[in-house]
Amino acid sequence: MPKKTYLQAINEAVRSEMKRDPRVIVIGEDVAGGQGGSGEPGGVGSVFGQMKGIYGEFGPERVIDTPISESAIIGAAAGAALTGLRPVAELMFVDFVGVCFDQIYNQAAKFRYMFGGHATTPMVIRTAAGAGFRGAAQHSQTLHPLFTMVPGLKVVMPANPYDAKGLLIEAIRDDDPVIFVESKFLYGMEGEVPDESYRVPFGEANVLREGEDLTIVAFGAMVPRALQVANALAKEGVDCEVIDPRTTSPLDQQTILESVERTGRLVVVDESPPRCSLAADVASIVAEQGFRLLRAPIRKVTCPHTPVPFAPQLEDAYMPSPARIEEAVRATVGFN
Amino acid sequence: MVDTALKRGRNAVVLSLHIPEPEGRPGDPADFSKIKLPEPGEVRRPPIEVEPAEIRDLAFTLIRVLDREGRAVGPWDPRLPAETLRQGLRHMVLTRAYDDRMYRAQRQGKTSFYMKCTGEEAVAIAAAQALEFDDMCFPTYRQQGLLVARGYALVDMMHQVYSNARDPLKGRQLPIMYSSRQFGFFSISGNLGTQYGQAVGWAMASAYKGDSRIAAAWIGEGATAEGDFHNALTFASVYRAPVILNIVNNQYAISAFHGIAGGQRSTFASRGIGYGLPALRVDGNDYLAVYAATAWAAERARSNLGATVIELYTYRAEGHSTSDDPSRYRPQEERERWPLGDPINRLKQHLIAIGAWSEAQHKALEAECAEAVRAALKEAESVGTLGQSRPSAKEMFEDVYKEMPWHLRRQRQEAGV
Repeated sequence: MPKKTYLQAINEAVRSEMKRDPRVIVIGEDVAGGQGGSGEPGGVGSVFGQMKGIYGEFGPERVIDTPISESAIIGAAAGAALTGLRPVAELMFVDFVGVCFDQIYNQAAKFRYMFGGHATTPMVIRTAAGAGFRGAAQHSQTLHPLFTMVPGLKVVMPANPYDAKGLLIEAIRDDDPVIFVESKFLYGMEGEVPDESYRVPFGEANVLREGEDLTIVAFGAMVPRALQVANALAKEGVDCEVIDPRTTSPLDQQTILESVERTGRLVVVDESPPRCSLAADVASIVAEQGFRLLRAPIRKVTCPHTPVPFAPQLEDAYMPSPARIEEAVRATVGFN
Repeated sequence: MVDTALKRGRNAVVLSLHIPEPEGRPGDPADFSKIKLPEPGEVRRPPIEVEPAEIRDLAFTLIRVLDREGRAVGPWDPRLPAETLRQGLRHMVLTRAYDDRMYRAQRQGKTSFYMKCTGEEAVAIAAAQALEFDDMCFPTYRQQGLLVARGYALVDMMHQVYSNARDPLKGRQLPIMYSSRQFGFFSISGNLGTQYGQAVGWAMASAYKGDSRIAAAWIGEGATAEGDFHNALTFASVYRAPVILNIVNNQYAISAFHGIAGGQRSTFASRGIGYGLPALRVDGNDYLAVYAATAWAAERARSNLGATVIELYTYRAEGHSTSDDPSRYRPQEERERWPLGDPINRLKQHLIAIGAWSEAQHKALEAECAEAVRAALKEAESVGTLGQSRPSAKEMFEDVYKEMPWHLRRQRQEAGV
C-alpha cells in the first residue's frame, strides 16, 4: 500500500469526493492560494497546504477563496448545504471558532431539529487544532470538547493518515454537520493510505494494540504518544490496550467498556484542559457504567487549566508528554 | 442544477457566480493603470465640524500633500516644523532597520516568526506623532512603528520576539505581538478585527469618565470583512465614540488581493458612509498626508464630534510574514511600480527640498539606526534567542486569574515547577 502523509490523505479525500460528486465544494480563507501561489495548479492551498492543487483542478467556482470572515464562511456553507450542495468549509485555526460559533451551534447544528426534520445540512467544517507548533494561545487550542457537547454535531478526530482519508470521505457523505478536527501536530505523519476511495465509519473505535493490564484511551495527536508508551512498557511486561475512539461524537463507549472489563484499569489522554474534557467525559462514562469493573482509580492525563503558552519550553511542558502518560500508567498498574 | 432555473422558465438569464480576479498574477507585468490619483493638494480640507454627509466624496478620492518634487502642497499640509519631520524620518528609518535585522534573525533560526512593515512605516509613525502619547492605540500586524515612535526600547521588542527570560510578555505571546500598557499599545490578536470593538469601547469609556484621551485602531483591508469591523462602526457612530478607525489598505491579505475583501466594488473608506461616519481616503505613503488626516480626526474626536474612518492607501512591499513567498502570488515588479512610492524616500526628498536635510545626513542617520539596532540586538541575544533562554515554566500558571486558584497550584506542583 502506498505511504502518504496525514496532510496528503486529507487532500486526497477532498479531491476524490469532488471528482465523484459535483455537489462538493470547498470554501474558506486562502483555500485557493495560501502561502505561495494564488491558484496555479501547483500552488499551496490553505496555510498548511491541505488544499494544495485543488483550486487548479476544480477551478474558482468550486474552490471559493473568501474574504476574512469566519461567520460568513460558515453561514454561507450552512446556507449552501440547505440547497443540497455539500460544502467543505475551512476554519483556518479552530481558535477562530469564537468568531463564528453561533453559525455552528445555534444554527447549522439545530436546523434539522428546529425545522421539524425538513432540513438537511450536509456540511463539513475542516479545522486545524492543537499545540506543539509554537502558535501561542490563540492558534494552538483544542476545542473538541466544546463541539462534542453540542447536540446535532458530529465530531471527528483522525489520529493517522488512513483514518484521515476514510473519516473525511465519510464526513463529506454524511447528511449532518460534521466538525473534522485536524491535528497540526500530525500533518507530517506517514502511513499506508490506499489510492482508492474508502470510508471509515463514525462511532467505531480503533484498537491499536490489545493488552490485558490497562486500557489507554487517547484522542487525536495523543494517540501516537499513548502507543509509544504502551510499546515501551510492553518490554517490561506491562501490557496496555490502546484505543483511539476516532470520533468523539458519536463515541464508541462499548469498545472502551469492553476493554476495561478485561483490564480493570483506565488512563485517558486528552490534549485539553482537564475539566469538561474528553478525558473527563470518558472517565465519567466508565465510572458510571463500569464501576464494578475497575480495580484502580481512573487517571486522566491532560493539559493544565491554562492558556497555551508560546515559549518552546513552556509549550512542551503544557502538552501531555509520553513521560506523564507513562507515569500515569505505572501509578494505575501499581495501585492496590 | 443550473438547468432547473431555465426549465422553470423563471429566469431568462442563467445565474452565475462572480469570482473576483486580480489585475495581475506572477509573471504578468505590474499593472496599476486602474488606480486613479488626484493631484497632490487637490482635495479640499473641510472644517472639523462638517456634517459627514457633506464630505462623502472624500471617501472616494485620495488626500495627498507631497508632490513629485517633494514639495508640500494644498490645504492638508500640516505645516510641521522641520525638527518634527526629521524625528518622523528617524523613526521610520529606525523601524526599517529593526525590521530588516529581525527578519534576518528569523532566517538565522533565532526566532520562529517575523513580520515587517516595510513600505508602510508612515502609517504608524505619522499617526503616533499626530496623537498624544497617552492616547490609546489598538494596532494590527504592521504598526510596530507606534512603539518605535513612542520611544519603547528596541531591546524590549527583541526580548519579546525571542520569548526569552526578559520577555515582557513572559513567553506567552507570538513573536511581534507586542503589548505595553505604559506606551498605550494594546496587543495584536490572532483572530482578526477584534481590536476594533475594543477600541470603540475604550473610547466610549474615556468619554463616559469625562477623560480627554482618545483611541485609535488599525485594521487591514482584508479584515474589514469580519463582523467585528462592522459592529464597531455601528457603536462608534451611535455613541460618537472619540476614536480614529484606520483601515490599512496595503493591497494584500496574506496572498489574497484586495478584491477578495471587496476592494473592486468600492473603496474601504466608503464603508464608513453607511454608518454616517466621516471617512477620509489618504495616501498612506505620504507622511504629511497621514499626519494631517490623523490630526484632523483627532481634533474631531477631542471636540466630542465622534469617530472618523481613515483608509490609508499603501502597498505591502514585502511578504505577509516570514512564512510566505510573495513572488508566488503577485507580479514581482509591483513593488517598484507602486505609483505612490516609498514613504521614507518621499519624506527624505521633502526635507531635502526645503533645505532641512542632505544625502550625507541621511547616510549618517541610516548608519546610526543600524548601530542602534545592532547594539540592542547584542543585548537581547546576551539574554537569549528563542528556546535558548527561557521564561520559567512557572510562568505558565501565573496570570490565568488574579489569584492562583488551588487547582492551578496543584497542577503546578504536579508539573514540578
